[in-house]
Amino acid sequence: MKPIIKIEHLGKRYRIGAQQAAYGSLRDTLAGAFRAPLRLWQRKVRVSASSFWAVKDVSFEVQPGEIVGIIGRNGAGKSTLLKLLSRITEPTSGRIELYGRIASLLEVGTGFHPELSGRENIYLNGAILGMARAEIKRKFDEIVAFAEVERFIDTPVKHFSSGMYLRLAFAVAAHLEPEILLVDEVLAVGDSRFQRKCLDKMQEVGRQGRTVLFVSHNMPAITRLCPRTILLDGGRVIGDGPSSQIVGAYLSSGLGTTAERVWADLSTAPGNDIVRLCAVRVRTEDGEVSDALDIRRPLVIEMEYEVLKASHVLTPNFHFYNEEGIYAFIASETDPAWRDRIRPEGRYLSTARIPGNLLSEGTLFVGAAISTMSSTTIHFYERDAVAFQVIDSLDGDSARGDYAGQMPGVVRPMLQWSTRVLLESNQPVAAQAGEGAR
Amino acid sequence: MTTTLSPEKLHAPQVTDQPLVVVEAHKSWVRINLKDLWAYRELLYFLMWRDVKVRYKQTALGAAWAILQPLLLMLIFNFFFARLAGISSGNVPYPLFAYAGLLPWTFFANAVTGSGNSLVGSTNLITKVYFPRMFIPAAAVGAGLVDLAIAFVLLIGLMVYYGVGLHLSLALLPVVIILTTLLALGVGMLMSALNVRYRDVRYALPFMIQVWMFASPVIYPLPEKWHTLFSLNPMVGIIEGFRAALFGQPPDWSALGSSAAITLAILICSVFAFSWMEKGFADVI
Repeated sequence: MKPIIKIEHLGKRYRIGAQQAAYGSLRDTLAGAFRAPLRLWQRKVRVSASSFWAVKDVSFEVQPGEIVGIIGRNGAGKSTLLKLLSRITEPTSGRIELYGRIASLLEVGTGFHPELSGRENIYLNGAILGMARAEIKRKFDEIVAFAEVERFIDTPVKHFSSGMYLRLAFAVAAHLEPEILLVDEVLAVGDSRFQRKCLDKMQEVGRQGRTVLFVSHNMPAITRLCPRTILLDGGRVIGDGPSSQIVGAYLSSGLGTTAERVWADLSTAPGNDIVRLCAVRVRTEDGEVSDALDIRRPLVIEMEYEVLKASHVLTPNFHFYNEEGIYAFIASETDPAWRDRIRPEGRYLSTARIPGNLLSEGTLFVGAAISTMSSTTIHFYERDAVAFQVIDSLDGDSARGDYAGQMPGVVRPMLQWSTRVLLESNQPVAAQAGEGAR
Repeated sequence: MTTTLSPEKLHAPQVTDQPLVVVEAHKSWVRINLKDLWAYRELLYFLMWRDVKVRYKQTALGAAWAILQPLLLMLIFNFFFARLAGISSGNVPYPLFAYAGLLPWTFFANAVTGSGNSLVGSTNLITKVYFPRMFIPAAAVGAGLVDLAIAFVLLIGLMVYYGVGLHLSLALLPVVIILTTLLALGVGMLMSALNVRYRDVRYALPFMIQVWMFASPVIYPLPEKWHTLFSLNPMVGIIEGFRAALFGQPPDWSALGSSAAITLAILICSVFAFSWMEKGFADVI
């Protein structure tokens, strides 16, 4: 069969610091142009050294009607791939061929104008997403009914509740009937009901024989919805096949979870000329490096780094994300010994102890950073430096008790519960039973 | 694609029926995707319609602002230039003369300012959906035409009041308005694209517009002496042409011609520069 999407050697290069350059004033450019050609040449060298490939040499084909999951660590190139497919940004190399209309659920509500009424926004948003006016007119009633906003359809959307706003926005996107649907779950904002709606819509679209690409950190959802999964790492495809197989490989390969990461070469390690990261590790309370930790036991996260220049007050900090990409919490060093104190040159190890019965079960991705808080300088931030699984036993002595089902939430603390009787029933149970029998 | 009916085509009609879209890096310096512009033509209309609808929302005076802006300027300039400085505007009364100049000028200035800031104001559209980016500044210019039409009502009133009759030269008016629109489009599109990379444009633009106004015969008659120098400014031919059309004066064809030539040159440069910068918008905005 002819593929509906054909990607050949696709690549996208970004320049690190392009953001700053973008906002740089005209003056900088003019000043640069007036300086010696040597300077311009030097600049070029610097730029090429600090560019990176978000997507590199990616090739695959998708047949019509396929539902394909796309997984990988944060920064593996998943979102860039979707942006390239939806033509928001242009590839640096390679080529994509696709047939038909592409829509993505990451653009829900894009182009909504708060001053315009619901009715007007349906037309505007529909046109922005690529619908013809006649098509919007035909589906108008259906969209309004789906969004359940009939009574407010002529009210400016700035007066809508956030739920109504989201429902209306989603209703327009859901009625687009694209040949190819892109879903980026991390970007899909909203409550769980709305996310549920997204997933249901995806399944429905799949049943209609349309093609879906689904980016997610939610491994159960991937294996449930997608027969095939593509695994990205460092912008490249490193796995493509049946979902159960790829997801399994991902979780066990150490790409999904790595309890230890070591940067042997200091010159290429994350950091700058002030401080560089040497290693990040997850340990059990006994000091053993491990990526599978008991929910009831404390664990230790450590960061080893080298201070190259004693010039800043440094604060190591860890950032925890769960597998749905939700920011669980941030932990900054609070050691009073180093408060407002510049760290002399040398090698350091900062450890943070996370108590038992705090985290929820599942995978946690840990970003490691060192910042200077007074001037808000980030010396480095290594996303997903390590990751580990928190495993909840069914022994009955964790916070889940004897309940064996799904327990949502980013934390699962063991709280101090107590129950006492406030008012006893007038008659003892035995007496009541006796009365009933009479 | 083959034209013969291959078995594979029979099995997958839903694929081969759809138009092929190719996404790749553009080796050529510039590319203008006319096919896309045509496919998304309705969006231009909707964006224009949005700009018109939103413009005077939550204002007490509403569309009256379209008349008030040139009217108040006309009254001020009438006081300073005609009364105090005693500038002569020939056989046309100064208020009418000034208003007839302020009308195309206000349209041009608002259109350039609006479209110059339009791309930066549409960041969330540009980073989330694909469509021809050119439509954003174009819609801002188009929406200004509605204001021009509203302001025209007062001009007709003034002409009746001062007893200016209808002339055959009015036929020139649409040509001049189209020329103004194209010039505003050319300048506005270029400014909007530069604004994405250099936010300096936001600050430089109002200043540039102000200087440009004083370099154009908006509130004073064109000095004969510097005629040639002035005709380098495309707005000179436009404003003079606008007045000539309204007041039945013989149009200055050479000024109008050079104005048209410069406008076209600006527009072509602008379209190419825009398409060249367009592909980087989502990455740098």
